Amino acid sequence: MNGAPLIDWDWITRNLDDPIGTRLLEHLYLSFAPLLLGLLLALPLGIACARWRPLYPPVFTGVNVLYAIPSIALFFLLLPYTGFSAWTAIIPLGLYTLAILVPNVVSGLAQVPDHVRQAAVAMGFGPLRRLIQVELPVALPVIVAGLRIAAVATISMVSVASLVGIGGLGQLILTEGFRRQFPTPIVVGIVLSVALAFVVDGLLVLAQRALTPWTRDRDPVARARPRTVGAAKGGNA
Amino acid sequence: MNVLLWVTDWLSAPEQWSGTAGIPARFAEHLGYSGLALLLSALIAVPIGLLTGHTGRGGFLAASLANVARALPTIGVLMLVVLAAGIGLVPVMAALVALAVPPILVNTYEGVRGVDPQVRDAARGMGMRGREVLLRVELPVALPLILVGLRTAAIQVVSTATIAAYVGIGGLGRFIVDGQARRQFEMVAGGALLVVVMALLVAALFYLLRRFLVAPGLRRSPGS
Repeated sequence: MNGAPLIDWDWITRNLDDPIGTRLLEHLYLSFAPLLLGLLLALPLGIACARWRPLYPPVFTGVNVLYAIPSIALFFLLLPYTGFSAWTAIIPLGLYTLAILVPNVVSGLAQVPDHVRQAAVAMGFGPLRRLIQVELPVALPVIVAGLRIAAVATISMVSVASLVGIGGLGQLILTEGFRRQFPTPIVVGIVLSVALAFVVDGLLVLAQRALTPWTRDRDPVARARPRTVGAAKGGNA
Repeated sequence: MNVLLWVTDWLSAPEQWSGTAGIPARFAEHLGYSGLALLLSALIAVPIGLLTGHTGRGGFLAASLANVARALPTIGVLMLVVLAAGIGLVPVMAALVALAVPPILVNTYEGVRGVDPQVRDAARGMGMRGREVLLRVELPVALPLILVGLRTAAIQVVSTATIAAYVGIGGLGRFIVDGQARRQFEMVAGGALLVVVMALLVAALFYLLRRFLVAPGLRRSPGS
């Protein structure tokens, strides 16, 4: 590092638009697309596993084996097929999210109380309508909890794709920083990546609150009710 | 299915199975790095998790720090430390420890926090001091969750230790990086397959640890 300061503020102001801004946007896209792909695959897979339980153990093992494949290897192996397009990063990162998302979809659906399901049936809901209007909304908090973990993991993993030239902020870390022996872009890349993870995590929490308004005030009521019942009983005795 | 044939060809070539660049040597190196990183992470995360969980103090701070660490891009940490300390074991360990500490810390903390207060009270009622309560009651009860944290960390470390090859250190990552450099995709795929095999062995090891370390009465509890 030749005694140079860790952060060269001058470099940051000079490069704020490009490459810093462009790489940040690229990073956002490279994390959002795999999450969307993962969710599109995990929802049907998870729903199928929740409905036909014997399907779940093999699927669970499968997604976990996928998760154990090192990301660099998957990027390198896809390179001959997808070239330097974004798909080379999106496909592996999307597949990794399955190991987190599928179990959460399954346990979210398993947690739907039986009386809720029966009420939907009694109201004349068919299987599909029951799934979309009742079961998935009730399972949403658990699914979003998985999505939050997957989002943070994906955002931190995108940078590895810089080894095949498509890494968003990882490009900043690798080409601007590491190859030029210049620490500032590395620090900027790390800080922005962590910040992005926190912002996306916060947005997911807000989105979940907006989508499931009934969970917002359910907790205090649920906690207060047994106490009130207990007090009433005590008074009667 | 061509690719599969190449990989089996590569795996069955006798020259892969001897020497310092052979599969056994690389496998041992990879296992060594991963084991060391996991040991260091456990030495950091388990005591902190036990203490914060036992006292209930500093838990929020520990969880927040773990969250930041979880969001760190491994490759950035690796390369920053390479610039600071040069190529070697230090940057690899720094990156892997940053990866492994959060799941171990969070699970240890949650495990101890989740111990039934009645069990804790019973231990105190039997005359146990704080230290004894922690080591003889809270630790064994929290063990299933701690093992889940260690297993998650171990599998991530085994899979990520491949990046070590990129900064000139050995391990199974060498096959992946060298295979890419020489355009030998059977070598990349073979290296990846060996990493998956190691991850499966790690998962099996933790299954056995759970069988033998966790008290029989706790084994059916949820957590894994």
